[in-house]
Amino acid sequence: MNSPKKKEGQMKKKDMPDTQCSRRSFLKTTSIAAAAGSASLVTGCIPGKNSGSSEEFKLKWEEYFKEHYRLMTQEEKDATISRLVRLAKLQRGLDLQMSSRPAREQVLYGYAFNISRCEGYMDCVKACVKENNLDRKSKTQYIRIFEMEPGQLDPSTGDAKYFHEVPVDNKFYMGVQCFQCENAPCVKACPTKATWREPDGIVVVDYDWCIGCRYCMAACPYWGRRFNWGKPEIPDEEVTTKQHYLGNRIRPMGKVEKCTFCVQRTREGKLPACAEACPTGSRVFGNLLDPDSEIRYVLKHKKVFRMKEELGTDPKFWYFID
Amino acid sequence: MSTTSQKGFLSFLYDCFRWNMQGSLSFQIFRLLLFAAMAFGIYAYSYQARSGLEVTGMSNIVSWGFYISNFTFLVGVAAAAVMLILPAYMFHDPDFHRVVIIGEGVAVGALVMCLSFITVDLGGPLQAWHLIPGIGQFNFPTSILAWDVLVLNGYLLLNALVPMYILYCHYKGQKADERKYRPFVFLSIFWAFSIHMVTAFLYQGLPARPFWNNPLMGPRFLASAFAAGPSLIILVLAVVHNFTNYKLDKKVFHKLRLIIVISAIINLIMLFSEIFKEFYFPTHHSIAATYLFFGLEGHDALVPWIWTSISGNIIATLILAFNPGDNNPKVLLPACFLLFIAIWMEKGIGLIVPGLIPSPMGEVVDYLPTWVELGVTLGIFALGITVVTWLIHPALILEERYEKMRASKMD
Repeated sequence: MNSPKKKEGQMKKKDMPDTQCSRRSFLKTTSIAAAAGSASLVTGCIPGKNSGSSEEFKLKWEEYFKEHYRLMTQEEKDATISRLVRLAKLQRGLDLQMSSRPAREQVLYGYAFNISRCEGYMDCVKACVKENNLDRKSKTQYIRIFEMEPGQLDPSTGDAKYFHEVPVDNKFYMGVQCFQCENAPCVKACPTKATWREPDGIVVVDYDWCIGCRYCMAACPYWGRRFNWGKPEIPDEEVTTKQHYLGNRIRPMGKVEKCTFCVQRTREGKLPACAEACPTGSRVFGNLLDPDSEIRYVLKHKKVFRMKEELGTDPKFWYFID
Repeated sequence: MSTTSQKGFLSFLYDCFRWNMQGSLSFQIFRLLLFAAMAFGIYAYSYQARSGLEVTGMSNIVSWGFYISNFTFLVGVAAAAVMLILPAYMFHDPDFHRVVIIGEGVAVGALVMCLSFITVDLGGPLQAWHLIPGIGQFNFPTSILAWDVLVLNGYLLLNALVPMYILYCHYKGQKADERKYRPFVFLSIFWAFSIHMVTAFLYQGLPARPFWNNPLMGPRFLASAFAAGPSLIILVLAVVHNFTNYKLDKKVFHKLRLIIVISAIINLIMLFSEIFKEFYFPTHHSIAATYLFFGLEGHDALVPWIWTSISGNIIATLILAFNPGDNNPKVLLPACFLLFIAIWMEKGIGLIVPGLIPSPMGEVVDYLPTWVELGVTLGIFALGITVVTWLIHPALILEERYEKMRASKMD
């Protein structure tokens, strides 16, 4: 909605002078208010005189009326993806590859976190921000690492804002993110079914179907969800262009997002970015349905626990101690 | 009078509009001020719509703020109309029968404000059509928010259509057929309780938030609503009595005061019960209440807020209960105003914000609304008051005419 090109188109349509800045912004505000609910706001632009924007308008118009992702046929999914790719090209000159790859057969993802091994370097956080195109302006993070005092196992007693050399003697580190609950309170809360659990256990959001009511955020006992309070800002050269529709594609403003176990990577058989980046090997990810997987080994041979088990959310994320 | 009986529905609407254009100069100036406030609200909202909700004071931790607080409180105001509807239509109380239309007007205004607050709080208001059953995906009956959308809109319809039918009959000079509207009145009484219970369940149903996950929340919502709503209605009735030709009997104020006192006392008992539970043996689940009442880790933005509210609540309840002025409006009206504000403070921000603090990961932040939130809220309040005046003004003209007509027929 805020790309400079479109604003210009809108200006020209309204015949506003470019010179008077304050008046211009005032007129822009009032004109937008006047146009509330009309097609100009619906699509975020009015077809201007400049060529190219009419194509953009058409694409946005079609995007606005598209179906819920789960009700789309494969052709409709391909169509919306090609529109989104084309829009990214038109608006930012980005060459995206976007996938709609469904869950793989006989796969249920699980995650285990070794609290005796993690040393709090936060390489996982950095990799996650980069991989998932998280907003740099608001410093959005899916993963938080809590520095914990011995004798505690509840992250709410820890400190996630530490800024010093790690590891610190006599402290340990505990990472939290979305735990991909099997009985997810957020999924239950959503009034438009815009968030759901995929067959491979990943809880995803259809960013274009979400209305931004944030009831899911209130419902999540693990603080696993983030909201796009403004338009996400990612420098062009830092955008991860290999994207998934339900994963790391750049979110629109005013929508909820969350960790998807890097659906764009894991469905291609790769590890999530956090697990790959971890220098200490504290992060174990794998298929819970595969008896030979490392995650199954951990669950079988280590002492594991999950957070807030008493809530019955059945997370697919375990902590373990060596 | 007999000429109007031939007129149809369109002329009814036209006459209502025409009557609304008339009125004293000060009334019109008051309305212009409301329009100015609405214009400011639209300006603030347009700024929010362009920049996103980042221009509000909300964050990933306090993800609901002033908008949802006001929404929650106003659901109670809307539901409180039932305290007039029940005696008026069920028990045929003549005092309430004369004012029930005003109560219904206030309910419609409150519901318009509720729906507006939800809309301005949405990150994607243009996607709101995704909620509409049929063309969207309505997560009913799983999501309590879906229930809330249903009950609020249903209550709005009931409270708009029943009075409209009665007024239209009166406009035509006929008596409204009770057999036709009585089932809907029954429904709306049931519905009034449901809108507030469902809104409470919205919060009560979240184990993630121990401050809200409390079985007393729904009943306490009702008690506070039946205190705050009739308080507002007393104030509106006083305005009507003093500034229009529609004069009211003193008895109706007395009866409303009794309703308020009983509800306010039940509300305070439940408040005491909640405070006892939180602080007799504080657990991990009492942290939010500690934040609200005493502050936490140096964050104490709500401490003066909640104590002001509780003091106001207790003082107003005592005044209304002991009734020192013997229903003297100079005592009654300020007490009602104080009670209304105190409950607004507690059932709005005092309920919503601490539910979100600390975050489930234990992080404590404070929340303060920005000028954008205050501006949009001001605009929505102005919208609500405008709706109320636009409904009540012609309704009272109609009722007055109808009363005169019946009186002349009797002679």
